[in-house]
Amino acid sequence: MHLLEITGLTKSFGGLQALGGVDFHIDELEIVSVIGPNGAGKTTFFNTISGLVVPDEGRIVFEDEDIAGLEPSEITRRGIARTFQNVRLFPDMTILENVMVAQHCRTETGVWGALFNTPTFRNEERAIEERAKDILGFFGTRLTGYRFRQPAYVLSYANRRRLEIARAMGTMPRLLLLDEPTAGMNPKETAELTGLIRKLRDEKGFTIVVIEHEMRVVRDVSDRVVVLDHGVKIAEGSYDDVSSNPDVIEAYLGRPAEEGA
Amino acid sequence: MNQTVTRRSATDLDWDRVRRWGIYAGLTMAFLSSIGMVENLDKRIIVDPILSLGFLALLWVPVAFGYAATYEEAKEGMAAPEKGERDLVGGLVTGLIGGLFFVAFIAIADAVDLRGVFPRIGPALIDLLTFDRGVAIGSLLWLVISGLLGMFGGLLHVLPDRVRRAVTNALAAVFLVALVEIAVVDIFESLRLTVISDWIYAKNGGVTIAGAVVIAALAALSSVRSEGDAVVRFRTRYATMEGDERKRFNLIAGAVAVVLAVVLPMILGGLTNELLANVGLFLLMALGLNLVVGYAGLLDLGYVAFFAVGAYTTAILTSPLSPKWTPMLTLDFFSIEGWVVMVVVVAVAALSGLVVGTPVIRLRGDYLAIVTLGFGEIVRILFLSDWLAPAFGGAQGIRNIPAAVAGPVEINGTKPQTIFYVVVVFVGIAIYVAWRLYHSRIGRAWAALREDEDVAEAMGVETTKMKLLAFITGAILASFGGMIFAVKVGSVFPSSFKLIVSIIVLVIVIVGGMGSIPGVVVGSLVLIGILGGPTQPGLLAEFGEFKLLIYGALLVFMMLRRPEGLWPSVQRQRELHQEEILQDAWLKAEAADEEGKR
Repeated sequence: MHLLEITGLTKSFGGLQALGGVDFHIDELEIVSVIGPNGAGKTTFFNTISGLVVPDEGRIVFEDEDIAGLEPSEITRRGIARTFQNVRLFPDMTILENVMVAQHCRTETGVWGALFNTPTFRNEERAIEERAKDILGFFGTRLTGYRFRQPAYVLSYANRRRLEIARAMGTMPRLLLLDEPTAGMNPKETAELTGLIRKLRDEKGFTIVVIEHEMRVVRDVSDRVVVLDHGVKIAEGSYDDVSSNPDVIEAYLGRPAEEGA
Repeated sequence: MNQTVTRRSATDLDWDRVRRWGIYAGLTMAFLSSIGMVENLDKRIIVDPILSLGFLALLWVPVAFGYAATYEEAKEGMAAPEKGERDLVGGLVTGLIGGLFFVAFIAIADAVDLRGVFPRIGPALIDLLTFDRGVAIGSLLWLVISGLLGMFGGLLHVLPDRVRRAVTNALAAVFLVALVEIAVVDIFESLRLTVISDWIYAKNGGVTIAGAVVIAALAALSSVRSEGDAVVRFRTRYATMEGDERKRFNLIAGAVAVVLAVVLPMILGGLTNELLANVGLFLLMALGLNLVVGYAGLLDLGYVAFFAVGAYTTAILTSPLSPKWTPMLTLDFFSIEGWVVMVVVVAVAALSGLVVGTPVIRLRGDYLAIVTLGFGEIVRILFLSDWLAPAFGGAQGIRNIPAAVAGPVEINGTKPQTIFYVVVVFVGIAIYVAWRLYHSRIGRAWAALREDEDVAEAMGVETTKMKLLAFITGAILASFGGMIFAVKVGSVFPSSFKLIVSIIVLVIVIVGGMGSIPGVVVGSLVLIGILGGPTQPGLLAEFGEFKLLIYGALLVFMMLRRPEGLWPSVQRQRELHQEEILQDAWLKAEAADEEGKR
């Protein structure tokens, strides 16, 4: 049994078919990269899994239950968290609050607890804060200490990406969807993040799907690579297999001139 | 360092700007006169016998516009703008141009009978504006006055900080003391110290000259002795307080507020109590709306609907004249019967929040605003309709709502003190609810929702549920307001629940500071306390018909100059002052790096 198994996922926007029957699966503790040229449907693929986009057809089975069409918050509650390609933090909330709010679906005190400041409420609040600090500590010191109380928008680009991952971790997922986590980072930061993705799996036990353009990162982190083009899966396998696959090369580079003529 | 300061000559000015502001000043003064403001407000004396509110409404114009015409922004990293004679010249010219336009207005108004179009421009106005001395002398006087006041506006830039503060504080203090006349006289009367109040205030209203001088001197002295703006200083001090210290401060402030709330109504007279009760009523609603708009970011323009629901529910439950159901319960806060009433009011409000909220909650921003606006009107029109008249009395409404009871005390509008106490209790509850919810998981979810709804949803926040919760909590708080309102007035009519109530409550929240509890308190004190509610007079009761004009002007001014409100919430402050905070954060990071290296 796979942790996540997707069959025949289809989604069209008007006349444009973004996903044309994609099959996909990932096992516990695997890291799978999804690659493909721009417009291949990678982000739509993530959006359908996380519920922001409702698929036209297809099944998305997570932990043996079909989650296609559920509310995004419900999908997150079931254990799938994501980051966004164009970083979308809560910019005016503090760095700590960004991670605290992500624990919403893992906590439950309601209006009464808050109003009467019950012991349960206080313990839960403390636990939320501790856990948030703990998660932020995973990224070294750059998101801790005096940073806790600063609004998220003061962060540098790379740190925003890290905070986004931290926020996704705050929802305590089993499956983490990272949408271009190294976009806009310099080579040093990229290398560091590559290590971090492995650490997320090895130390924190997340199963990870990552959309990535940077081929070095793909090579270094992936157990398996899935290639999408025009909403269709055109190849799947180890990085070496995929990178020598003629279809993949064609998708990226186009058909050689003599053949097209 | 070699600093070459090229002195700018007295005429080195942005003349275009001076001309523009001068024209604005003249037009503003002409406008204020032509709508009858000067005449109407002339009855309220500020300093006896030299200054009335009517003239104050004119005289601030050259000062403010002279100040604005010569204002130069101090930009980060650039030499501070040099101040000197040129500011005086600029202010003077602005004032003169303004005066010129205004004089032209007076001359035209004198020569041509404009009463057909502007009913307020008549001989009485001309006499008033020319100080009964004829158009020629009056005009000359206006040129001089306007020029001098404009120059004074320019002078404010030149004065050293400390002196400027002394001057502005002295003027503000005199105005404030004149403003709160009724309340102060009340207090001194109950303390049997009429000697003092008789000396400060003249017989026909306003501060006496001697009183004004003393007040101005005191205010100037106290501000010269202090460093910087007291309000700003207090806010920074409060913001930097940590844990225990802040807790202690909050405790003391709370205790002072409680003591004041208990003692004040006893020593204040009926009129002032009535006024405070109105402030409290609107504060109660504003606190509720603040949850919806300020915390969760849902622009609700039909908020008055829940106020109406609370009032009508109370009326039906308690009034013997309720057309259909007459349970005739007594709203006794110390008996089960009273609690039944309150529980029903809360339940009905929550239900109506749910009913209104469910269909509209998926809409966003402008759409939500428009639809809630519609719902607000629908509720009022339903209460007004013949169709529901058998239940709600149509335009006649429901009368004879009996007094509420607390033990031996009867609470109704004829005894505003009692209403005030009840209002204070409910405001206390509302503040507590808002504060607790804000600092909980629910408050964080609301904040996330306000920032980015899609991402909040993707991060596991059930946005629909959280929005409904905000809507319902807001509805309940408004319904308490409605309940007290029904008891206070003794009757409910559909006409009490017009759109304008929603708008004024929203203005309170915006002007005070969205998402900020102290801001909302300040907002309702300033707006309802001073200007008055839609039908309720404030301290400046004379404003009456001009109230909405002033509300509008204030709103525009706030949006331009201080969009975060009078007392902003931390989050709004962050949102609107990113640049300063970024710079601050950068310095902090540098400092931390240094620390790390050592």
